[in-house]
Amino acid sequence: MSILAKHAHYKAAYDALKDRGVDPANVRFDHVLSPTEGVLNGRRTILLGTNNYLGLTFDPECIERAVEATRSQGTGTTGSRVANGTYEGHAKLEQALADFYGRRHAMVFSTGYQANLGVLSALVGRGDHLLLDADSHASIYDGSRLGGAEVIRFRHNSPEDLHKRLKRLAGSPGERLIVVEGIYSMIGDTAPLREIAAIKRETGAYLLVDEAHSLGVLGATGRGLAEAAGVEADIDFIVGTFSKSLGSVGGFCVSDNADFEILRVVSRPYMFTASLPPGIIASTLEALAKIRAEPRLRTVLMRNAHRLYDGLNAMGFQTGPEANPIVAVAMPDEETAVTFWKMLLDAGLYLNLAVPPATPTNVRLLRTSVSAAHTDDQIDTALAIFADVGRQLGFLSADRRRAGAVI
Amino acid sequence: MRDNHKLVLVDGGLSDSAPSIQDEVAAIFAEVLGRPVQINGNTDIVEDLGMDSLAVMNFVMAIEDHYDISIPLDRITQVQTVADLIHAVSEARRGG
Repeated sequence: MSILAKHAHYKAAYDALKDRGVDPANVRFDHVLSPTEGVLNGRRTILLGTNNYLGLTFDPECIERAVEATRSQGTGTTGSRVANGTYEGHAKLEQALADFYGRRHAMVFSTGYQANLGVLSALVGRGDHLLLDADSHASIYDGSRLGGAEVIRFRHNSPEDLHKRLKRLAGSPGERLIVVEGIYSMIGDTAPLREIAAIKRETGAYLLVDEAHSLGVLGATGRGLAEAAGVEADIDFIVGTFSKSLGSVGGFCVSDNADFEILRVVSRPYMFTASLPPGIIASTLEALAKIRAEPRLRTVLMRNAHRLYDGLNAMGFQTGPEANPIVAVAMPDEETAVTFWKMLLDAGLYLNLAVPPATPTNVRLLRTSVSAAHTDDQIDTALAIFADVGRQLGFLSADRRRAGAVI
Repeated sequence: MRDNHKLVLVDGGLSDSAPSIQDEVAAIFAEVLGRPVQINGNTDIVEDLGMDSLAVMNFVMAIEDHYDISIPLDRITQVQTVADLIHAVSEARRGG
Protein backbone atom coordinates (compact mmCIF):
# COMPACT_ATOMS: atom_id res chain seq x y z
CA MET A 1 0.00 0.00 0.00
CA SER A 2 1.30 3.40 -0.87
CA ILE A 3 -0.32 5.77 -3.29
CA LEU A 4 -3.54 3.74 -3.05
CA ALA A 5 -3.59 3.71 0.75
CA LYS A 6 -6.41 6.27 0.60
CA HIS A 7 -8.70 3.45 -0.51
CA ALA A 8 -7.91 1.24 2.47
CA HIS A 9 -11.48 1.44 3.73
CA TYR A 10 -12.88 0.14 0.43
CA LYS A 11 -10.13 -2.46 0.17
CA ALA A 12 -10.98 -3.86 3.60
CA ALA A 13 -14.66 -4.14 2.69
CA TYR A 14 -13.86 -5.70 -0.67
CA ASP A 15 -11.37 -8.16 0.83
CA ALA A 16 -13.96 -9.20 3.39
CA LEU A 17 -16.34 -10.07 0.54
CA LYS A 18 -13.68 -11.99 -1.33
CA ASP A 19 -12.83 -13.91 1.85
CA ARG A 20 -16.41 -15.12 1.81
CA GLY A 21 -15.92 -16.39 -1.71
CA VAL A 22 -17.90 -13.67 -3.46
CA ASP A 23 -16.73 -11.00 -5.86
CA PRO A 24 -19.95 -9.31 -6.98
CA ALA A 25 -18.14 -6.60 -8.95
CA ASN A 26 -16.19 -9.12 -11.00
CA VAL A 27 -18.38 -12.07 -11.93
CA ARG A 28 -16.64 -13.96 -14.70
CA PHE A 29 -18.78 -15.76 -17.23
CA ASP A 30 -17.34 -18.64 -19.23
CA HIS A 31 -19.71 -17.77 -22.05
CA VAL A 32 -22.74 -15.61 -22.65
CA LEU A 33 -25.15 -17.71 -24.70
CA SER A 34 -28.09 -15.39 -25.30
CA PRO A 35 -29.68 -12.23 -23.85
CA THR A 36 -30.98 -14.33 -20.97
CA GLU A 37 -28.50 -17.13 -20.44
CA GLY A 38 -24.81 -17.54 -19.72
CA VAL A 39 -22.42 -20.16 -18.42
CA LEU A 40 -20.79 -19.49 -15.07
CA ASN A 41 -18.31 -21.94 -13.57
CA GLY A 42 -19.55 -24.52 -16.04
CA ARG A 43 -23.17 -24.04 -15.04
CA ARG A 44 -25.97 -22.64 -17.21
CA THR A 45 -27.17 -19.49 -15.48
CA ILE A 46 -30.21 -17.29 -16.04
CA LEU A 47 -29.18 -13.67 -16.62
CA LEU A 48 -31.55 -11.49 -14.62
CA GLY A 49 -29.35 -8.46 -14.09
CA THR A 50 -27.90 -7.22 -17.37
CA ASN A 51 -30.26 -4.36 -18.41
CA ASN A 52 -30.87 -6.14 -21.72
CA TYR A 53 -34.47 -4.92 -21.71
CA LEU A 54 -35.49 -5.85 -25.23
CA GLY A 55 -33.08 -8.75 -25.69
CA LEU A 56 -31.59 -7.25 -28.85
CA THR A 57 -27.95 -8.22 -28.23
CA PHE A 58 -28.44 -11.42 -30.22
CA ASP A 59 -30.96 -10.11 -32.73
CA PRO A 60 -29.95 -11.66 -36.08
CA GLU A 61 -30.54 -8.48 -38.08
CA CYS A 62 -28.64 -6.28 -35.63
CA ILE A 63 -25.75 -8.75 -35.76
CA GLU A 64 -25.89 -8.84 -39.57
CA ARG A 65 -25.78 -5.04 -39.85
CA ALA A 66 -22.80 -4.93 -37.47
CA VAL A 67 -20.95 -7.60 -39.46
CA GLU A 68 -21.63 -5.87 -42.79
CA ALA A 69 -20.48 -2.50 -41.49
CA THR A 70 -17.37 -3.99 -39.93
CA ARG A 71 -16.46 -5.77 -43.15
CA SER A 72 -17.00 -2.71 -45.30
CA GLN A 73 -15.69 0.06 -42.98
CA GLY A 74 -13.35 -1.64 -40.58
CA THR A 75 -13.26 -2.38 -36.88
CA GLY A 76 -12.78 1.14 -35.53
CA THR A 77 -12.51 4.83 -36.28
CA THR A 78 -9.14 5.11 -34.47
CA GLY A 79 -9.99 8.49 -33.06
CA SER A 80 -12.44 11.27 -32.41
CA ARG A 81 -14.80 12.79 -34.93
CA VAL A 82 -13.01 16.10 -34.52
CA ALA A 83 -9.73 14.54 -35.60
CA ASN A 84 -10.77 11.64 -37.84
CA GLY A 85 -14.03 12.86 -39.24
CA THR A 86 -17.65 11.79 -39.11
CA TYR A 87 -18.58 8.52 -40.82
CA GLU A 88 -21.83 8.19 -42.72
CA GLY A 89 -23.17 5.95 -39.94
CA HIS A 90 -22.59 8.55 -37.21
CA ALA A 91 -24.59 11.11 -39.16
CA LYS A 92 -27.34 8.60 -40.00
CA LEU A 93 -27.71 7.52 -36.39
CA GLU A 94 -27.93 11.13 -35.21
CA GLN A 95 -30.56 11.81 -37.83
CA ALA A 96 -32.49 8.68 -36.81
CA LEU A 97 -32.41 9.69 -33.14
CA ALA A 98 -33.56 13.24 -33.89
CA ASP A 99 -36.36 11.83 -36.01
CA PHE A 100 -37.37 9.27 -33.36
CA TYR A 101 -37.68 11.99 -30.70
CA GLY A 102 -39.05 14.63 -33.06
CA ARG A 103 -36.17 16.98 -32.20
CA ARG A 104 -34.00 19.23 -34.31
CA HIS A 105 -30.66 18.05 -32.98
CA ALA A 106 -29.01 14.85 -31.85
CA MET A 107 -25.49 14.08 -30.81
CA VAL A 108 -23.89 10.68 -30.29
CA PHE A 109 -21.32 10.01 -27.57
CA SER A 110 -19.09 6.99 -27.11
CA THR A 111 -20.82 5.78 -23.93
CA GLY A 112 -23.87 6.73 -21.90
CA TYR A 113 -21.55 7.79 -19.10
CA GLN A 114 -19.75 10.16 -21.44
CA ALA A 115 -23.06 11.53 -22.73
CA ASN A 116 -23.85 12.81 -19.24
CA LEU A 117 -20.32 14.11 -18.76
CA GLY A 118 -20.31 15.76 -22.17
CA VAL A 119 -23.72 17.38 -21.89
CA LEU A 120 -23.69 18.51 -18.26
CA SER A 121 -20.18 19.94 -18.48
CA ALA A 122 -21.14 22.03 -21.50
CA LEU A 123 -24.65 23.15 -20.49
CA VAL A 124 -23.77 24.69 -17.15
CA GLY A 125 -20.65 26.47 -16.02
CA ARG A 126 -19.40 28.75 -13.30
CA GLY A 127 -22.22 30.90 -11.98
CA ASP A 128 -24.94 28.48 -13.12
CA HIS A 129 -26.92 26.17 -10.85
CA LEU A 130 -27.39 22.46 -11.36
CA LEU A 131 -30.20 20.81 -9.40
CA LEU A 132 -29.77 17.05 -9.16
CA ASP A 133 -32.04 14.40 -7.76
CA ALA A 134 -30.17 12.97 -4.76
CA ASP A 135 -30.32 9.44 -6.22
CA SER A 136 -28.79 10.43 -9.54
CA HIS A 137 -26.47 8.04 -11.35
CA ALA A 138 -22.72 8.40 -10.86
CA SER A 139 -22.32 9.74 -14.40
CA ILE A 140 -24.56 12.70 -13.50
CA TYR A 141 -22.62 13.41 -10.32
CA ASP A 142 -19.32 13.12 -12.16
CA GLY A 143 -20.57 15.28 -15.04
CA SER A 144 -21.78 17.90 -12.58
CA ARG A 145 -18.22 18.51 -11.41
CA LEU A 146 -16.71 19.14 -14.82
CA GLY A 147 -18.37 22.43 -15.69
CA GLY A 148 -17.88 24.31 -12.44
CA ALA A 149 -21.57 25.04 -11.82
CA GLU A 150 -22.95 25.15 -8.29
CA VAL A 151 -24.52 21.76 -7.62
CA ILE A 152 -27.54 21.45 -5.35
CA ARG A 153 -29.09 18.07 -4.50
CA PHE A 154 -32.81 17.77 -3.92
CA ARG A 155 -34.54 14.89 -2.14
CA HIS A 156 -35.20 11.93 -4.37
CA ASN A 157 -38.41 12.27 -6.38
CA SER A 158 -39.60 15.21 -4.29
CA PRO A 159 -40.95 18.07 -6.42
CA GLU A 160 -41.63 20.03 -3.20
CA ASP A 161 -38.01 19.80 -2.17
CA LEU A 162 -36.87 20.80 -5.65
CA HIS A 163 -39.21 23.78 -5.55
CA LYS A 164 -37.91 24.85 -2.16
CA ARG A 165 -34.30 24.68 -3.33
CA LEU A 166 -35.05 26.62 -6.49
CA LYS A 167 -36.79 29.28 -4.39
CA ARG A 168 -33.66 29.65 -2.28
CA LEU A 169 -31.80 30.55 -5.46
CA ALA A 170 -34.21 33.38 -6.27
CA GLY A 171 -32.31 36.53 -7.09
CA SER A 172 -28.98 34.88 -7.77
CA PRO A 173 -27.77 35.17 -11.34
CA GLY A 174 -27.03 32.23 -13.64
CA GLU A 175 -29.05 29.55 -15.38
CA ARG A 176 -30.80 26.70 -13.55
CA LEU A 177 -30.73 23.17 -14.93
CA ILE A 178 -32.81 20.42 -13.31
CA VAL A 179 -31.62 16.85 -13.90
CA VAL A 180 -33.78 13.79 -13.32
CA GLU A 181 -33.91 10.22 -14.60
CA GLY A 182 -36.75 8.40 -16.35
CA ILE A 183 -36.35 5.19 -14.38
CA TYR A 184 -33.93 5.19 -11.47
CA SER A 185 -31.44 2.40 -11.91
CA MET A 186 -31.42 0.92 -8.44
CA ILE A 187 -35.05 0.70 -7.33
CA GLY A 188 -36.78 1.04 -10.69
CA ASP A 189 -39.01 3.95 -9.69
CA THR A 190 -39.90 6.71 -12.14
CA ALA A 191 -39.54 10.47 -11.67
CA PRO A 192 -42.74 12.49 -10.98
CA LEU A 193 -42.14 14.23 -14.26
CA ARG A 194 -45.42 16.13 -14.64
CA GLU A 195 -44.90 17.89 -11.31
CA ILE A 196 -41.23 18.55 -12.06
CA ALA A 197 -42.13 19.93 -15.50
CA ALA A 198 -44.62 22.31 -13.83
CA ILE A 199 -41.88 23.57 -11.50
CA LYS A 200 -39.56 24.00 -14.45
CA ARG A 201 -42.18 26.15 -16.20
CA GLU A 202 -42.88 28.20 -13.08
CA THR A 203 -39.23 28.91 -12.29
CA GLY A 204 -37.86 29.29 -15.80
CA ALA A 205 -35.32 26.52 -15.30
CA TYR A 206 -34.13 24.11 -17.98
CA LEU A 207 -34.97 20.44 -17.62
CA LEU A 208 -32.84 17.43 -18.63
CA VAL A 209 -34.11 13.86 -18.39
CA ASP A 210 -31.80 10.87 -18.54
CA GLU A 211 -33.87 8.14 -20.18
CA ALA A 212 -31.10 5.50 -19.98
CA HIS A 213 -33.37 2.86 -18.44
CA SER A 214 -36.64 4.05 -19.99
CA LEU A 215 -35.80 4.34 -23.71
CA GLY A 216 -37.58 1.52 -25.48
CA VAL A 217 -39.30 0.68 -22.20
CA LEU A 218 -41.82 3.45 -21.42
CA GLY A 219 -44.13 5.54 -23.60
CA ALA A 220 -46.50 4.64 -26.40
CA THR A 221 -43.68 4.59 -28.95
CA GLY A 222 -40.81 3.81 -26.56
CA ARG A 223 -39.45 7.34 -26.22
CA GLY A 224 -39.37 7.01 -22.46
CA LEU A 225 -40.89 8.60 -19.38
CA ALA A 226 -41.33 12.05 -20.95
CA GLU A 227 -43.58 10.49 -23.56
CA ALA A 228 -45.42 8.35 -21.01
CA ALA A 229 -46.03 11.39 -18.78
CA GLY A 230 -47.10 13.56 -21.73
CA VAL A 231 -44.56 16.33 -21.02
CA GLU A 232 -42.09 16.01 -23.88
CA ALA A 233 -42.53 19.67 -24.81
CA ASP A 234 -41.18 20.67 -21.39
CA ILE A 235 -38.00 18.63 -21.66
CA ASP A 236 -35.13 20.69 -23.02
CA PHE A 237 -32.58 17.89 -23.22
CA ILE A 238 -32.97 14.12 -23.31
CA VAL A 239 -29.93 11.97 -22.63
CA GLY A 240 -29.83 8.23 -23.14
CA THR A 241 -27.73 5.19 -23.82
CA PHE A 242 -27.41 2.48 -26.47
CA SER A 243 -26.16 -0.08 -23.97
CA LYS A 244 -29.48 -1.15 -22.51
CA SER A 245 -32.58 -1.52 -24.70
CA LEU A 246 -30.54 -0.97 -27.89
CA GLY A 247 -28.12 -3.76 -27.05
CA SER A 248 -24.80 -2.13 -27.99
CA VAL A 249 -22.76 0.68 -26.44
CA GLY A 250 -22.82 4.47 -26.70
CA GLY A 251 -24.84 7.46 -25.57
CA PHE A 252 -26.73 10.39 -27.01
CA CYS A 253 -28.45 13.69 -26.37
CA VAL A 254 -31.35 15.19 -28.32
CA SER A 255 -32.71 18.72 -28.09
CA ASP A 256 -34.49 21.54 -29.89
CA ASN A 257 -32.14 24.15 -28.48
CA ALA A 258 -31.07 26.40 -31.35
CA ASP A 259 -27.44 26.55 -30.23
CA PHE A 260 -27.12 22.84 -29.56
CA GLU A 261 -24.50 22.12 -32.22
CA ILE A 262 -21.92 24.22 -30.37
CA LEU A 263 -21.54 21.22 -28.06
CA ARG A 264 -19.44 19.58 -30.78
CA VAL A 265 -16.63 22.02 -30.17
CA VAL A 266 -16.99 22.71 -26.46
CA SER A 267 -17.90 19.33 -24.98
CA ARG A 268 -14.59 17.74 -24.07
CA PRO A 269 -15.97 14.22 -23.39
CA TYR A 270 -17.25 14.35 -27.00
CA MET A 271 -14.17 15.90 -28.57
CA PHE A 272 -11.36 14.03 -26.91
CA THR A 273 -12.40 10.41 -27.18
CA ALA A 274 -12.64 7.89 -30.00
CA SER A 275 -15.97 7.81 -31.80
CA LEU A 276 -18.04 4.65 -31.97
CA PRO A 277 -16.91 2.00 -34.50
CA PRO A 278 -19.03 1.34 -37.62
CA GLY A 279 -20.27 -2.05 -36.39
CA ILE A 280 -21.71 -0.56 -33.18
CA ILE A 281 -23.33 2.31 -35.07
CA ALA A 282 -24.91 -0.10 -37.57
CA SER A 283 -26.39 -2.46 -34.97
CA THR A 284 -27.68 0.50 -32.95
CA LEU A 285 -29.42 1.94 -36.02
CA GLU A 286 -31.08 -1.41 -36.63
CA ALA A 287 -32.09 -1.75 -32.97
CA LEU A 288 -33.62 1.74 -33.00
CA ALA A 289 -35.62 0.78 -36.08
CA LYS A 290 -36.83 -2.32 -34.22
CA ILE A 291 -37.98 -0.29 -31.21
CA ARG A 292 -40.10 1.74 -33.60
CA ALA A 293 -41.36 -1.19 -35.65
CA GLU A 294 -42.00 -3.71 -32.88
CA PRO A 295 -44.02 -2.25 -30.00
CA ARG A 296 -44.75 -5.86 -29.07
CA LEU A 297 -41.28 -6.01 -27.47
CA ARG A 298 -42.40 -3.44 -24.89
CA THR A 299 -45.63 -5.27 -24.22
CA VAL A 300 -43.79 -8.52 -23.59
CA LEU A 301 -41.19 -6.71 -21.46
CA MET A 302 -43.81 -5.15 -19.19
CA ARG A 303 -45.69 -8.43 -18.93
CA ASN A 304 -42.46 -10.14 -17.85
CA ALA A 305 -41.70 -7.32 -15.41
CA HIS A 306 -45.12 -7.78 -13.81
CA ARG A 307 -44.69 -11.54 -13.67
CA LEU A 308 -41.47 -11.18 -11.67
CA TYR A 309 -42.60 -8.19 -9.56
CA ASP A 310 -45.96 -9.71 -8.66
CA GLY A 311 -44.39 -13.11 -8.01
CA LEU A 312 -41.81 -11.71 -5.61
CA ASN A 313 -44.39 -9.58 -3.81
CA ALA A 314 -46.76 -12.53 -3.48
CA MET A 315 -43.98 -14.42 -1.70
CA GLY A 316 -43.59 -11.56 0.75
CA PHE A 317 -40.41 -9.99 -0.57
CA GLN A 318 -40.18 -6.24 -0.33
CA THR A 319 -39.69 -4.63 -3.73
CA GLY A 320 -39.60 -1.09 -5.13
CA PRO A 321 -42.79 0.95 -5.54
CA GLU A 322 -43.47 0.23 -9.23
CA ALA A 323 -43.49 -2.81 -11.52
CA ASN A 324 -40.87 -1.76 -14.02
CA PRO A 325 -38.19 -3.84 -15.74
CA ILE A 326 -35.88 -3.04 -12.83
CA VAL A 327 -37.17 -5.01 -9.87
CA ALA A 328 -35.19 -4.57 -6.66
CA VAL A 329 -35.60 -6.75 -3.59
CA ALA A 330 -34.71 -5.14 -0.26
CA MET A 331 -32.36 -6.96 2.06
CA PRO A 332 -32.27 -6.24 5.81
CA ASP A 333 -28.48 -5.96 6.03
CA GLU A 334 -25.34 -6.40 4.00
CA GLU A 335 -24.49 -9.80 5.46
CA THR A 336 -27.84 -11.25 4.42
CA ALA A 337 -27.68 -9.53 1.03
CA VAL A 338 -24.31 -11.09 0.26
CA THR A 339 -25.36 -14.56 1.44
CA PHE A 340 -28.64 -14.38 -0.48
CA TRP A 341 -26.88 -13.19 -3.64
CA LYS A 342 -24.28 -15.98 -3.50
CA MET A 343 -26.93 -18.65 -2.95
CA LEU A 344 -28.91 -17.37 -5.95
CA LEU A 345 -25.78 -17.45 -8.07
CA ASP A 346 -24.89 -20.97 -6.93
CA ALA A 347 -28.42 -22.02 -7.88
CA GLY A 348 -28.02 -20.62 -11.41
CA LEU A 349 -29.50 -17.12 -11.15
CA TYR A 350 -27.40 -14.05 -11.88
CA LEU A 351 -28.47 -10.60 -10.73
CA ASN A 352 -26.82 -7.56 -9.12
CA LEU A 353 -25.83 -7.16 -5.52
CA ALA A 354 -26.26 -3.45 -4.83
CA VAL A 355 -24.98 -1.91 -1.63
CA PRO A 356 -24.07 1.64 -0.57
CA PRO A 357 -22.61 3.87 -1.88
CA ALA A 358 -24.09 2.69 -5.20
CA THR A 359 -27.55 2.61 -3.65
CA PRO A 360 -29.53 5.20 -1.70
CA THR A 361 -28.52 5.45 1.95
CA ASN A 362 -28.81 2.30 4.03
CA VAL A 363 -30.51 0.32 1.27
CA ARG A 364 -29.16 -3.12 0.37
CA LEU A 365 -30.68 -4.60 -2.72
CA LEU A 366 -30.78 -7.62 -4.92
CA ARG A 367 -31.34 -5.83 -8.19
CA THR A 368 -32.87 -7.62 -11.11
CA SER A 369 -33.53 -6.41 -14.63
CA VAL A 370 -36.09 -8.17 -16.77
CA SER A 371 -35.89 -8.68 -20.53
CA ALA A 372 -38.51 -9.13 -23.21
CA ALA A 373 -36.40 -12.14 -24.16
CA HIS A 374 -37.04 -13.93 -20.86
CA THR A 375 -39.43 -16.83 -21.25
CA ASP A 376 -42.19 -17.48 -18.73
CA ASP A 377 -40.26 -20.58 -17.74
CA GLN A 378 -37.14 -18.58 -16.98
CA ILE A 379 -39.03 -16.10 -14.83
CA ASP A 380 -40.83 -18.89 -13.02
CA THR A 381 -37.51 -20.65 -12.46
CA ALA A 382 -36.07 -17.40 -11.10
CA LEU A 383 -39.05 -17.07 -8.75
CA ALA A 384 -38.65 -20.68 -7.62
CA ILE A 385 -34.95 -20.08 -6.86
CA PHE A 386 -35.86 -16.92 -4.90
CA ALA A 387 -38.46 -18.90 -2.96
CA ASP A 388 -36.02 -21.69 -2.21
CA VAL A 389 -33.22 -19.41 -1.02
CA GLY A 390 -35.73 -17.24 0.82
CA ARG A 391 -37.00 -20.24 2.74
CA GLN A 392 -33.48 -21.38 3.61
CA LEU A 393 -32.65 -17.95 4.99
CA GLY A 394 -35.92 -17.63 6.90
CA PHE A 395 -37.45 -14.94 4.72
CA LEU A 396 -40.64 -16.71 3.90
CA SER A 397 -41.58 -17.89 7.37
CA ALA A 398 -44.59 -16.67 9.30
CA ASP A 399 -43.07 -13.23 9.53
CA ARG A 400 -43.33 -12.31 5.88
CA ARG A 401 -42.14 -8.80 6.54
CA ARG A 402 -38.65 -9.89 7.48
CA ALA A 403 -37.65 -9.05 3.96
CA GLY A 404 -36.26 -5.87 5.29
CA ALA A 405 -36.22 -2.16 5.10
CA VAL A 406 -38.89 -0.28 3.23
CA ILE A 407 -37.60 1.09 -0.04
CA MET B 1 -9.10 27.79 -0.04
CA ARG B 2 -9.85 25.00 2.36
CA ASP B 3 -6.49 25.39 4.05
CA ASN B 4 -7.22 29.07 4.56
CA HIS B 5 -10.48 28.20 6.27
CA LYS B 6 -8.66 25.93 8.64
CA LEU B 7 -6.00 28.48 9.48
CA VAL B 8 -8.60 31.05 10.32
CA LEU B 9 -10.50 28.63 12.49
CA VAL B 10 -7.49 27.25 14.30
CA ASP B 11 -5.62 30.50 14.83
CA GLY B 12 -8.40 32.95 15.19
CA GLY B 13 -10.93 30.74 16.93
CA LEU B 14 -14.54 30.51 15.92
CA SER B 15 -16.46 33.66 15.14
CA ASP B 16 -19.01 35.02 17.63
CA SER B 17 -21.96 33.38 15.98
CA ALA B 18 -20.21 30.04 15.63
CA PRO B 19 -20.87 28.47 19.06
CA SER B 20 -24.63 28.61 18.59
CA ILE B 21 -24.32 27.11 15.13
CA GLN B 22 -22.17 24.39 16.68
CA ASP B 23 -24.87 23.60 19.24
CA GLU B 24 -27.52 23.45 16.55
CA VAL B 25 -25.32 21.32 14.33
CA ALA B 26 -24.72 18.95 17.25
CA ALA B 27 -28.48 18.66 17.77
CA ILE B 28 -29.00 17.86 14.07
CA PHE B 29 -26.19 15.30 14.16
CA ALA B 30 -27.83 13.65 17.17
CA GLU B 31 -31.18 13.58 15.41
CA VAL B 32 -29.80 12.12 12.18
CA LEU B 33 -27.54 9.59 13.88
CA GLY B 34 -30.11 8.69 16.52
CA ARG B 35 -27.64 9.12 19.38
CA PRO B 36 -26.13 11.99 21.35
CA VAL B 37 -22.82 13.21 19.97
CA GLN B 38 -19.94 15.14 21.48
CA ILE B 39 -18.46 17.42 18.89
CA ASN B 40 -16.00 20.27 18.73
CA GLY B 41 -14.45 22.16 15.86
CA ASN B 42 -11.83 19.48 15.31
CA THR B 43 -14.28 16.58 15.16
CA ASP B 44 -13.71 14.74 11.89
CA ILE B 45 -17.16 14.00 10.49
CA VAL B 46 -16.17 10.85 8.62
CA GLU B 47 -13.55 9.45 10.99
CA ASP B 48 -15.01 10.41 14.37
CA LEU B 49 -18.74 10.24 13.66
CA GLY B 50 -18.57 7.25 11.34
CA MET B 51 -20.51 8.86 8.48
CA ASP B 52 -19.74 7.96 4.89
CA SER B 53 -19.76 10.53 2.09
CA LEU B 54 -23.38 9.76 1.18
CA ALA B 55 -24.50 10.11 4.79
CA VAL B 56 -22.68 13.45 4.99
CA MET B 57 -24.48 14.71 1.87
CA ASN B 58 -27.82 13.65 3.32
CA PHE B 59 -26.97 15.21 6.66
CA VAL B 60 -26.15 18.48 4.92
CA MET B 61 -29.66 18.45 3.41
CA ALA B 62 -31.05 18.54 6.96
CA ILE B 63 -28.71 21.42 7.79
CA GLU B 64 -29.80 23.28 4.66
CA ASP B 65 -33.44 22.95 5.62
CA HIS B 66 -32.79 24.03 9.20
CA TYR B 67 -31.14 27.26 8.09
CA ASP B 68 -33.05 27.62 4.82
CA ILE B 69 -29.79 27.83 2.90
CA SER B 70 -28.13 25.94 0.07
CA ILE B 71 -24.61 24.58 0.37
CA PRO B 72 -23.36 23.60 -3.08
CA LEU B 73 -21.85 20.14 -3.46
CA ASP B 74 -18.33 21.36 -4.17
CA ARG B 75 -18.32 23.09 -0.81
CA ILE B 76 -19.63 19.97 0.93
CA THR B 77 -16.73 17.95 -0.45
CA GLN B 78 -14.35 20.41 1.22
CA VAL B 79 -15.93 19.76 4.59
CA GLN B 80 -13.92 17.41 6.77
CA THR B 81 -14.35 18.73 10.29
CA VAL B 82 -17.20 20.28 12.23
CA ALA B 83 -15.35 23.61 11.97
CA ASP B 84 -15.34 23.26 8.18
CA LEU B 85 -19.06 22.60 8.26
CA ILE B 86 -19.79 25.58 10.50
CA HIS B 87 -17.75 27.73 8.17
CA ALA B 88 -19.72 26.49 5.15
CA VAL B 89 -22.99 27.20 6.96
CA SER B 90 -21.88 30.69 7.96
CA GLU B 91 -20.74 31.40 4.43
CA ALA B 92 -24.04 30.21 2.94
CA ARG B 93 -26.00 32.31 5.48
CA ARG B 94 -24.05 35.35 4.42
CA GLY B 95 -25.11 34.54 0.89
CA GLY B 96 -21.61 33.61 -0.16
